[in-house]
Amino acid sequence: MIKVTYVAHDGSRTDAEGELGDTVMSLAINQGIDGIIGECGGSMMCATCHCYVDEAWVGATGPRLDGEEDMLESAASEVNERSRLSCQIKLTEEMDGLVVHLPEEQV
Amino acid sequence: MSKGHVVIVGAGQGGFQAAMSLRQEGHEGPITLIGGEPGLPYQRPPLSKAFLKTGEAEKLALRPQSFFDAKNITLQVSTWVDAIDRTAGQVRIGSKVMAYDHLILATGTRNLRPPIPGIERALDLRTLEDARTLRAALSRPCRIAVIGGGFIGLEFAAVAAGLGHSVAVAEAAPRLMARAVSPEMSERFRLLHETLGTELHLGNGVTEVNERGLLLKDGTEIAADLVLLAAGVCPNVKLAHDCGLEVKNGIVVDETLRTSDRQIYALGDCAAFPCARSGRLIRLESVQAATDHARAIAKSIVKGESAHYSALPWFWSDQHDLKLQIAGLADPQDESLELPDGTILRFCSDALTAVETVNNAKAHMHARRSLNSGSSPSKTQYLEEYLGMAVR
Ligand SMILES: Cc1cc2nc3c(=O)[nH]c(=O)nc-3n(C[C@H](O)[C@H](O)[C@H](O)COP(=O)(O)OP(=O)(O)OC[C@H]3O[C@@H](n4cnc5c(N)ncnc54)[C@H](O)[C@@H]3O)c2cc1C
Ligand code: FES
Repeated sequence: MIKVTYVAHDGSRTDAEGELGDTVMSLAINQGIDGIIGECGGSMMCATCHCYVDEAWVGATGPRLDGEEDMLESAASEVNERSRLSCQIKLTEEMDGLVVHLPEEQV
Repeated sequence: MSKGHVVIVGAGQGGFQAAMSLRQEGHEGPITLIGGEPGLPYQRPPLSKAFLKTGEAEKLALRPQSFFDAKNITLQVSTWVDAIDRTAGQVRIGSKVMAYDHLILATGTRNLRPPIPGIERALDLRTLEDARTLRAALSRPCRIAVIGGGFIGLEFAAVAAGLGHSVAVAEAAPRLMARAVSPEMSERFRLLHETLGTELHLGNGVTEVNERGLLLKDGTEIAADLVLLAAGVCPNVKLAHDCGLEVKNGIVVDETLRTSDRQIYALGDCAAFPCARSGRLIRLESVQAATDHARAIAKSIVKGESAHYSALPWFWSDQHDLKLQIAGLADPQDESLELPDGTILRFCSDALTAVETVNNAKAHMHARRSLNSGSSPSKTQYLEEYLGMAVR
């Protein structure tokens, strides 16, 4: 199991346990975490799965994927250098303990 | 604050989104989401894509049961609504009735079954159950014939060919996805499917389905063990029609997505709504329309706002390694102009109506932004802007 902590905009934390192959988006959806919508089901079409990777985890999650940058431009909340589309972060063993912060709004 | 009972008929993409958005907007009253299919509300797009390969049904659920409990949304699955009594403000389920203050019709579509002899032999691809049946069939080598060269038929064909099956597609129109994309884009996808080894029969409708496979208009026979029917859908409008609401290729709604009955809204695949750009009644079959409609209706119920619905349509389709993205909405006869990077612009009397791209998220997002800005840009305006972007 790979543990992921979601920190909502108000600071509240929710832990979830995912498996290899889950994405940070799909895990959040399965846990009913509010701050991630994931409208297009991970097809990189909607930017409603925007998250900020915690500074300590930027190395483990790696750079943005092809096309992600452009999609992020349409995210509802501010985009910074730690912004990712959570549907494009596939969980690996190295991400056990991952912390992501959720934006104020997704639509 | 809105406190009334909202009843949503149809627990698909749009019905689910309406329930969720009502809570997000702060609706305090009860919400009942009623769906005829068994199980949790799920997404359909992967049914013709990833699911056929992985079979991971649990990944399709839009939210777990705990979400509905936490949000106090009463989810009634395997339950069909039989009738609407507008005078009493009730829906009827079997011998029971349920009162509503607001009713949202999110009944979607079902597969169109053209009157072709033997058509009952063909399988559908609309529900999770359909996709399970097809996936099971794909586990053995087989010869596959697809009726219809639209998005769903072609997505299925691409997966099946990729798995090593022999695939043929018969389409009555002279080109693929003719209703939705430009001739240039149809051509690009024709090449893709031919490269994958799929036999394409264009401009050649199916006249019979039999134990050997398909018979086409020009007499060609296609040998097949499995026939998929993907020749379009028809909206589920019976409930609306039977209670006297207007129906015209969909449940007719106004700019605020309301039917002629102020308490009843319709959304998504089953709704015929006025296009914000042309004013014509249109019906869209997309995740975008279902979810944007749902959000607008939730706002209207909770805030009493009746802003005119004007969200920009967008759509995608994954076929093999090509991701087609469409921003905007073009008529089949709209002009097209292909740019050097492969982007295809569609115009109607010089106004940009849609932009089609393949594996080019940047151009797609650019198009969404410029089409969204309200008035649609002219050909010259868009080209200038676009070329400026490419140089940067
Ligand atoms: C195989 C496939 C692939 C697709 N791929 C894409 C894609 O790549 N991109 C995209 O944007 N869109 C895609 N779509 C379209 C998209 O899934 C639909 O546009 C979307 O699901 C529409 O949502 P909806 O809520 O209007 O209808 P649906 O999701 O179809 O939900 C309607 C529900 O209402 C139920 N219902 C009907 N009548 C009653 C009744 N009387 N009582 C109770 N329940 C009732 C039905 O059983 C159904 O579950 C695809 C669709 C399919 C089938
Ligand atoms: S879920 Fe739509 S872009 Fe990530």
